[in-house]
Amino acid sequence: MHSLPPQTALGAQSAQQDVIGTLSLTEVPDVAIASVAARKGHEAACAKTLQKLLGATPPGPGEMTGTTPYAAIWMAQDQWLLCAPLHSHEDIASLLKEEFGADASITEQTDGWACFDISGAAMHDMFERLCPAPVRSMQTGHATRTTIHHIGCYLMCQDGAFRVMAPRSSAGSLYHALIEAARSVS
Amino acid sequence: MIINHPLLGPRDASEFTYLGDAALIDRPDPDTATAARDFYEYQYLRDNPAGTLRELWYHEAGDRAWLVVTRNTLTHEITHVELARDVARKAGRST
Repeated sequence: MHSLPPQTALGAQSAQQDVIGTLSLTEVPDVAIASVAARKGHEAACAKTLQKLLGATPPGPGEMTGTTPYAAIWMAQDQWLLCAPLHSHEDIASLLKEEFGADASITEQTDGWACFDISGAAMHDMFERLCPAPVRSMQTGHATRTTIHHIGCYLMCQDGAFRVMAPRSSAGSLYHALIEAARSVS
Repeated sequence: MIINHPLLGPRDASEFTYLGDAALIDRPDPDTATAARDFYEYQYLRDNPAGTLRELWYHEAGDRAWLVVTRNTLTHEITHVELARDVARKAGRST
């Protein structure tokens, strides 16, 4: 048998953790992700299934719904990114396909993203140096796509902390940008 | 320059990429007798007004929606922003 241990987006065996001043930066390697796009003419049925899965109204523009096991982020009209714990939902795309049937197109995204949680008193100072999103007015349940060092990222605000998701192939560049900004405000 | 996205609110123009005249939505019918002429005009002939122009902008660093932005090319004043999807559907396309 081959022994192939999973690697994090930064290529390590365990998640990267940094504490810089008041800021704590934690890589999150255990998120299962899939995109859900309603098919033409099936928008209402798709939203209904999503509402059932979330137990809440599907998030609208600039919003996310942080329910368990599924959290949903609004990506575009009739399109959402769904996240769930990796240990229980590793096959998230096929699980969702069963739920949505022909009402939505599901795409596996789990290994496509690098994910970091950032918390601490200076996090707003940090993100206002990194991206044009209105970070100071963002509150729990707000999520937007923005750019950090030219990388298209999702920035989410949840329970007084920020989560940022960037394409996994840019994980190193994003990490560099985050650390640099964290140091500059500490 | 700030573009007032119909769904996401005011966004900096740096998040967008620019395509040009919104007349590009009105792609000619390739099955008509005048198709060759229509496509020539569609491809190459464009007004270049010094004033109000409806143009296509793409929210590349956002929700990736195409917008029809009415902009004054002299002052950069933006008077109207619509989703290109709504504009096209109103014109009977992609319904």
